[in-house]
Amino acid sequence: MASSAAARVFAIVLLAGLALVPALAAWVDQPFWVTLFTRILIFALAAMGLNLVLGFGAMVSFGHAMYLGIGAYAVGILSYHGVDNGLLQLMAALAVGGLVALGVGAICLRTSGMAFIMITLAFAQMLYFLAVSLREYGGDDGMQLKGRSLLGPLDLNNPTLLYYLAYALLLAVLLAFWRLVQSRFGMVLRGCRSNERRMASMGFATFRYKLSAYVISALVCVLAGMLMANLTRFVAPSYMAWTVSGELIVMTVLGGLGTLIGPIAGATALLLVEEWLSSLKLGVPWLDNVINQHWLALIGIFIVLVVLVLKQGIYGWLVAKKS
Amino acid sequence: MTTGLFFTQLLNGLQLGVLLFLLSAGLTLVFGIMNVVNLAHGSLYMMGAYFAAAGFNAFDGSFLAAALVAIPGTLLLGLLIERIVLANLYQRDHLDQVLATFGLILFFNEVVRFVWGASSVYMNVPSWLSGTVNLFGLPYPSYRFAIIAVGLAVGLGLYALINRTRVGMLIRAGASNPVMVSALGVNIKGLNTLVFGLGAALAGLAGLMAGPIVSVQAGMGEPILILTLVVIVTGGIGSIRGAFYGALIVGIVDTIGRAFLPTLLRELFDRSVAQAVGPAIASMLIYLLMAAVLALKPQGLFPVKHG
Repeated sequence: MASSAAARVFAIVLLAGLALVPALAAWVDQPFWVTLFTRILIFALAAMGLNLVLGFGAMVSFGHAMYLGIGAYAVGILSYHGVDNGLLQLMAALAVGGLVALGVGAICLRTSGMAFIMITLAFAQMLYFLAVSLREYGGDDGMQLKGRSLLGPLDLNNPTLLYYLAYALLLAVLLAFWRLVQSRFGMVLRGCRSNERRMASMGFATFRYKLSAYVISALVCVLAGMLMANLTRFVAPSYMAWTVSGELIVMTVLGGLGTLIGPIAGATALLLVEEWLSSLKLGVPWLDNVINQHWLALIGIFIVLVVLVLKQGIYGWLVAKKS
Repeated sequence: MTTGLFFTQLLNGLQLGVLLFLLSAGLTLVFGIMNVVNLAHGSLYMMGAYFAAAGFNAFDGSFLAAALVAIPGTLLLGLLIERIVLANLYQRDHLDQVLATFGLILFFNEVVRFVWGASSVYMNVPSWLSGTVNLFGLPYPSYRFAIIAVGLAVGLGLYALINRTRVGMLIRAGASNPVMVSALGVNIKGLNTLVFGLGAALAGLAGLMAGPIVSVQAGMGEPILILTLVVIVTGGIGSIRGAFYGALIVGIVDTIGRAFLPTLLRELFDRSVAQAVGPAIASMLIYLLMAAVLALKPQGLFPVKHG
């Protein structure tokens, strides 16, 4: 992918900045920052997963929060039954998430365009209601985890360590995706984005490529969901609410669709804006009060404006500036 | 399981079905003719219900006043949304439309929280519909029966409008080839606005009718929006006929499933298993139905025939 110097500098600054967050937080004595930025990294990871189908494959999945939920519930349910081993949880989560993605993807990919959007949304909603009806595991209210996953010598109760685990996973997935989109597989996938019929007549089994991309992107979200459960020590159906799927799309588009760094930039920007608005102090008490309570309305307007004005996203704009 | 209870639930399913039809007819028309997905349709339904409750309470319990506030109010709001936001997105891809209307949902939810507060607003059934009607010896609430009647009347009216009038002919033509229709000298932009307004007014009507039987609160549009999407996908995108049958099927399957599936499972399985699995399967039933329909007929049950 040809990228301008500005885009390259932006990517390096963003990744280096994220690496320094715990040190900065310790320096200014704001331990809350580590938690906030762990959340950002987790959503960045999920948005990056979504971007594989959304940006590189032009499949608008409105249901990826479902896989966040599967990851989170895999940790929650296993720990409820006394299985704390992180690797076991990982294997179970990836197995369940992979199977669900294979089934859901195989059905959804029979449709395209509008129907694909709606049916992925409907499947996510189905899983949401399934989680709500699991009374044993907290039902609508969700449940508190007894403990975080055990990963050998790594103690996830240490916030800094959890942060760097999320960061390492993000970098690993970034690197893997970088190779993936350059590979033959990635070329075929991007070819389908431009003209699926042509790819099919060139002899590629496009369905299989798209389904593989869908499953890979789902598994990345499962991973993010597991981190999420470990961060909050809590799982609830709200992790897979349809608004979360919407937010993931917003992050991807805001950062730059079909770019590798875009989702990370988008997740950082959106979550920081949300945090900023919900604790904004302008000095006018009633206005502050209104904004802090109803900041979602401003986010709504913000999203509409991003769609209307900033068509390529933050990072996408930097990439496109030169070419 | 008595027959009487079954028929009451069947009617409840029918009532949910016609409510879903009011919403999906508008959404599917907008999609069919403009190729636009409007997730904010659920917000229009919510605003319709809030407008109705506001009118109802301001004019000391007059249902007519509620209707006169809700339907034109939602119509106006819909036209505003179309002009300000969606008209700029007709040429863009579905992703942008989904995102922008998602933003609108967040916006409207907070607006009603700001104006009417976080707790739900109530609206009573009008006194002249508060009794029950006798259907073959079965008492059924008049208001719910009225919803069914209104929904079926709207269905008939839409059928006549689409298939028997000049405007309807243009709408059908616009859905199959908008470029050709505009080349023939029809104001396709005006037609778009008209269809969008019609859809918004139907959403407002649905909000008005639902107002007295659901709790009117922020976010009430989303669950029903998702059901509406299920209806449209099951019925076949862009088809009014598909929306009608899809809405009735989804409404009835959902209601009957929730009412009887847990009891049915209790007879087949262990009590504890049935109690755990019953509600889960019941709430997933329509999605399973949709998945089955799409696996067999990806275009939906009643696909639109173009060309």
